[in-house]
Amino acid sequence: MKRSEQTRSRAGKVLGIAFLLAGFLIAATVCAADPAGPSQIPNIFKPDSTPADSIFRLSKLVLVITSIIFVVVFSLIAYATAKFRKSDADDGSEPPQVYGSNQVELAWTVIPGLIVLVLFLATARVILSVQDAPKPPGAIEVIAVGHQYWWEYRYPELGVVTANELHVPVSDLQHPTPTFITLLSADTDHSFWVPRLAGKTDLIPNHPNHTWIDPHEAGLFLGQCAQYCGVQHAKMLLRVYVDSAADFDAWVQGQKRFAATNDAAAEGRRIFESTACINCHAVSGTVADGHFGPDLTHLMSRDTLAAGAALNTRENLRAWIQSPDSIKPGSLMPAMKLSDHDLDALTAYLETLR
Amino acid sequence: MNSVAAAHPPLKPEWTLPSRGRVGMFCLIAAESAVFTIFVIAYIFYIGKSVSGPQPKDVLELPLFISICLLSSSLTIHLAVRALRRLEPTGFKFWWIVTLILGTIFLVGTGREWHHLIYDRGLTVSTNLFGTTYYSLVGLHAFHVTAGLIAILTVAILALLGKVEFEYHEKLDVFSLYWHFVDVVWVIVFTVVYIVGR
Amino acid sequence: MASEIIAINEFAGGGQSVGEWLHGWVTTVDHKRLGILYILFSVFFLVIGGIEATIMRIQLMVPHNHFVSPEVFNRMFTMHGTTMIFFVAMPVLFGFGTYLIPLMIGARDMAFPRLNALSFWLTAFGGLLLYFSFIGGNGLYGAGNAPDVGWFAYAPLTSRAFSVGHSTDFWTLALLISGIGSIGTAVNFITTIITMRCPGMTLGKMPLLAWMNLVTAGMVILAVSPLTAAQIMLCFDRYLGAHFFDTQAGGSAVLWMHFFWIFGHPEVYILILPSFAFASEIIPVFSRKPIFGYPIMVAATVMIGFISMSVWAHHMFAIGMSSYGNTFFTITSMLISIPTGIKIFNWIGTMWGGKIQFKAPMLFCVAFLFQFLIAGLTGIMLAASPFNWQLTGSYFVVAHFHYVIVGAILFTLFGAFYYWYPKMTGRMYNETLARWHFWLFVIGFHLTFDFMHIPGLLGMPRRIYTYEPGRGWEFWNLLVTIGTFVQGIAVLIFVGNLLWSMFKGPVAGNDPWDAWTLEWSTTSPPPDYNFATIPVVESRRPLWDLKHPEDPDWKYE
Ligand code: HEA
Ligand code: HEA
Ligand code: HEC
Ligand code: CUA
Ligand SMILES: [Cu+2]
Repeated sequence: MKRSEQTRSRAGKVLGIAFLLAGFLIAATVCAADPAGPSQIPNIFKPDSTPADSIFRLSKLVLVITSIIFVVVFSLIAYATAKFRKSDADDGSEPPQVYGSNQVELAWTVIPGLIVLVLFLATARVILSVQDAPKPPGAIEVIAVGHQYWWEYRYPELGVVTANELHVPVSDLQHPTPTFITLLSADTDHSFWVPRLAGKTDLIPNHPNHTWIDPHEAGLFLGQCAQYCGVQHAKMLLRVYVDSAADFDAWVQGQKRFAATNDAAAEGRRIFESTACINCHAVSGTVADGHFGPDLTHLMSRDTLAAGAALNTRENLRAWIQSPDSIKPGSLMPAMKLSDHDLDALTAYLETLR
Repeated sequence: MNSVAAAHPPLKPEWTLPSRGRVGMFCLIAAESAVFTIFVIAYIFYIGKSVSGPQPKDVLELPLFISICLLSSSLTIHLAVRALRRLEPTGFKFWWIVTLILGTIFLVGTGREWHHLIYDRGLTVSTNLFGTTYYSLVGLHAFHVTAGLIAILTVAILALLGKVEFEYHEKLDVFSLYWHFVDVVWVIVFTVVYIVGR
Repeated sequence: MASEIIAINEFAGGGQSVGEWLHGWVTTVDHKRLGILYILFSVFFLVIGGIEATIMRIQLMVPHNHFVSPEVFNRMFTMHGTTMIFFVAMPVLFGFGTYLIPLMIGARDMAFPRLNALSFWLTAFGGLLLYFSFIGGNGLYGAGNAPDVGWFAYAPLTSRAFSVGHSTDFWTLALLISGIGSIGTAVNFITTIITMRCPGMTLGKMPLLAWMNLVTAGMVILAVSPLTAAQIMLCFDRYLGAHFFDTQAGGSAVLWMHFFWIFGHPEVYILILPSFAFASEIIPVFSRKPIFGYPIMVAATVMIGFISMSVWAHHMFAIGMSSYGNTFFTITSMLISIPTGIKIFNWIGTMWGGKIQFKAPMLFCVAFLFQFLIAGLTGIMLAASPFNWQLTGSYFVVAHFHYVIVGAILFTLFGAFYYWYPKMTGRMYNETLARWHFWLFVIGFHLTFDFMHIPGLLGMPRRIYTYEPGRGWEFWNLLVTIGTFVQGIAVLIFVGNLLWSMFKGPVAGNDPWDAWTLEWSTTSPPPDYNFATIPVVESRRPLWDLKHPEDPDWKYE
């Protein structure tokens, strides 16, 4: 008697806990979707651009349908396990042996079939609208090249080359200026993912891809490389700066200038140009035209170093040149082993690259 | 309940199931087909994608003679097994050894073709995508021919020693399925490599 | 008494010298011993793979953690994924299949006993080779190296340019060899099931476990072979300088993705079908009713087998396929939910109107039903390709597949362990410990994998060794790590229970569950020859017919 009571209360607990956890999960998902959350969270349920928004609307439909299925089937299982437990007063006889029923089977084949049809049609619509969207005349074109652990951005029409921090204009509905991005890879596979702007698209060598975004408000949008690409896949962060039209133009003008020259940093410049730096980095207007590493022409216009791995401060810059591994172990820039003096001069030079 | 019903339901008197060897061989052939399919897909996918020469049309010649040899060996192995089943040991030995010879001719032919490509034409696995896919696909097939020939040779030796008796016909029949499979694969490889790909 | 003596002989080698005992196990071709070897092998690797998971979770407990280096973390998820799929899930399912199929279809052994042994040892060798990479990956001086390319090893990361040293060679060889072992096992399963059924057991009277393993084996043949082919190509690339996946020479990274997932997707059904098989044997016995809708269960299994061959590219929605490609793979992926749903409903139908006894095996199966439901529904979300563009490559995917693999497969497996433990060892496990195991594992599982969905929705990619604070991920990751430890303790209890019960458990007898399939008609553990006389069956539940001569099943089938 005692034993089976225990069994029963435990079976009750299974259900209790299961319901609790399921409720928790749903509640947490809803919290995560809370539109009032802080903006640095790359929440896929807080879209700010058409592709992300279409996806969001589809995902709401999918979530509602799956939740209904969940509640119905969950209740069926819960009811069956609670109701048909062997009772304490059981006489030991076997229950009626039922082998099946064709009507019931038909029902639970056809109903899911209809649900699948609905889901599929809704999905197909969104696939087409996002993937085959036409490119309007005012669109900005960007070529993004994934490198092992950093991003190269080229604006072929604007003559700008930069790295790691993508600047795009706000696209309002009256004057759409979406950004169409061609995705290439210089080495392994990467994936471009800024959750609030668009879903992922991979960057694959020999296999150019395309994506587009049209952010509706200015601000900084975070994301990161979402396809494993090697040791520092974790620190291949994405930062998309959405500027107002005026700010964007100003930024473009700034980027188009040659690198600043400053006599105070002449020594640093000499060191830079006589070290291996120039084999990998480009600074326009100087002998440096390497392309293995990020373009440094306007290094100081960026907020972060090494694809978001560290803030762009004097100490970090110095530490980076001295030993990239201290900030991003496994990055492909070697430690340059410069003397303290040279290091200071070099840092001072880099700081003039505005 | 009616207790008379406990009597056994009518059982079919004989209970026969397919032969083990055959089912096993069919499974193996299915697996091998999947492997070859992947190699063939890779070959077709890379046709014309090599970034540097030589191209198939520059270097490949139709290996007609050895193909005919290989295909006819399917017939001879069939005749061999049939002879064994009909208790004709000499016929069996004869056809079996003809099969061995035909298979060997094929293999030697492939070897000569490779020798020519490597030493006269400078095409190796690492030359370009054509080299990679060509040697892999043809090589995979040649590997299967080799495996088959080793088995055929073993049986041939046993046969000459008089150790192959009537009761082996079942096993050799199953083995001949493998040999037919290797031939069919060659038809596909031939079509893809020497006709479509050239 | 007799069975007790056999139990001791089987495991402890009573009356034999250690050498003889070991020799007996190593050279065995008996399907029961090989089954047990498979199972022990995978429990060992489960603990290793679990330790690797624990290392990852400690690293991810807080942002910017320095518990392990990025290199070590990357090796950990690669080894964890590879180990768990190829050296835990596959062999343990093969192990149960090898042990149970001949017993359940009334045969004395597998069709090809020596091939059976070869397959096991190939798998075992593959596992050892994979782990040898820790020592040999970079030569002895580079000890501690191991593959770090991820379990699906996308090109060109595996090329010599990006993966120097030998660790990737060990990875590809290990999978090549164990893959051949798997194909061997599959050939054996199919041949055994088709040609060795006892008299009267037509295909329509075969236990569902045999049916589902038959379909699984067919899928192994059609799916693992492409993987083997792709591994051969990768070997050519790495050893002979071929260019299949060398993007510098015009090779294609996408081709590898297709080849891998043509294997990879059917693979996940290869793993889930045997676990459906366990549920289909356990749920009826503990509900005291026959399986609801047997023919439809069989049909659904075959349907799943077919459809799952055509959905592979749903792992590749983000690679820039055409909109038609994305649409096609969306519909095929969603179609699978129909036959899968049928199964869930049939299990509910089986419990409906029964007298359910919540012994440990049944507890695990009921939890499986709940969890598989959720896991399947997150699968549907992933299958909606636009939604997938947000979810793929994120922790949501990791949560989805652990929900299936742990929440469904591991749960039914634990159920299977408890259910057949008395048959395999002749002794009963300890029910109290089993309940502790169950509850801790349920709690640990939900703590870990429920909350893992959330960082995924908040933009956390998978395979990152550390993450930035302030993105709303910290709290969830902490919970996930705590859950892992609870799971770890539960697994320890499980292993402890198996060991303890082997020596101290009460003797089980032939048929402790009052069950209906043939394995329960022979002694526990079964004798070498399984059945003194080959049984003859008339229905799907031969022992029911024996126990209820007044109302046998064959009257209704
Ligand atoms: C092991 C078993 C297993 C199983 C059974 C499944 C089942 C399913 N999986 Fe999952 N999956 C994995 C293991 C598994 N998966 C793994 C390991 C990965 C990732 C690998 C990696 O990247 O490392 C993965 C990844 C994965 C992806 C790719 C994610 C990505 O990387 O982008 C997708 C996308 O479509 C997907 C979908 C599905 C679907 C639709 C099912 C369906 O079969 C689910 C069907 C079940 C149900 C739907 C519930 C029951 C049905 C009903 C109650 C009927 C009513 C319901 C409806 C009408 C909807 N899975
Ligand atoms: C059979 C398949 C299987 C199983 C059972 C598991 C089980 C677990 N997995 Fe894993 N997992 C995969 C298959 C599986 N996994 C695959 C295929 C990947 C993808 C890899 C890739 O991306 O390449 C993956 C990836 C993966 C990741 C993502 C890594 C990343 O992307 O960075 C994580 C992170 O949390 C994780 C965690 C876990 C945990 C906590 C468990 C737990 O359930 C484990 C529980 C078990 C134990 C804890 C061990 C037993 C107990 C002891 C040894 C006692 C001592 C331990 C303690 C007291 C803690 N797994
Ligand atoms: C072998 C090539 C190589 C050499 C030589 C090299 N770098 Fe780099 N550098 C890189 C790479 C690659 C990166 C990107 C690393 C990453 O983000 O993972 C980088 C990044 C940087 C960055 C950060 C750029 C950004 O936009 O975040 C700075 C600054 C930098 N290097 C300065 C230097 C200086 C100064 C020298 C010489 C003293 C130098 N590099 C020499 C390859 C090199
Ligand atoms: Cu680039 Cu991950
Ligand atoms: Cu899949």
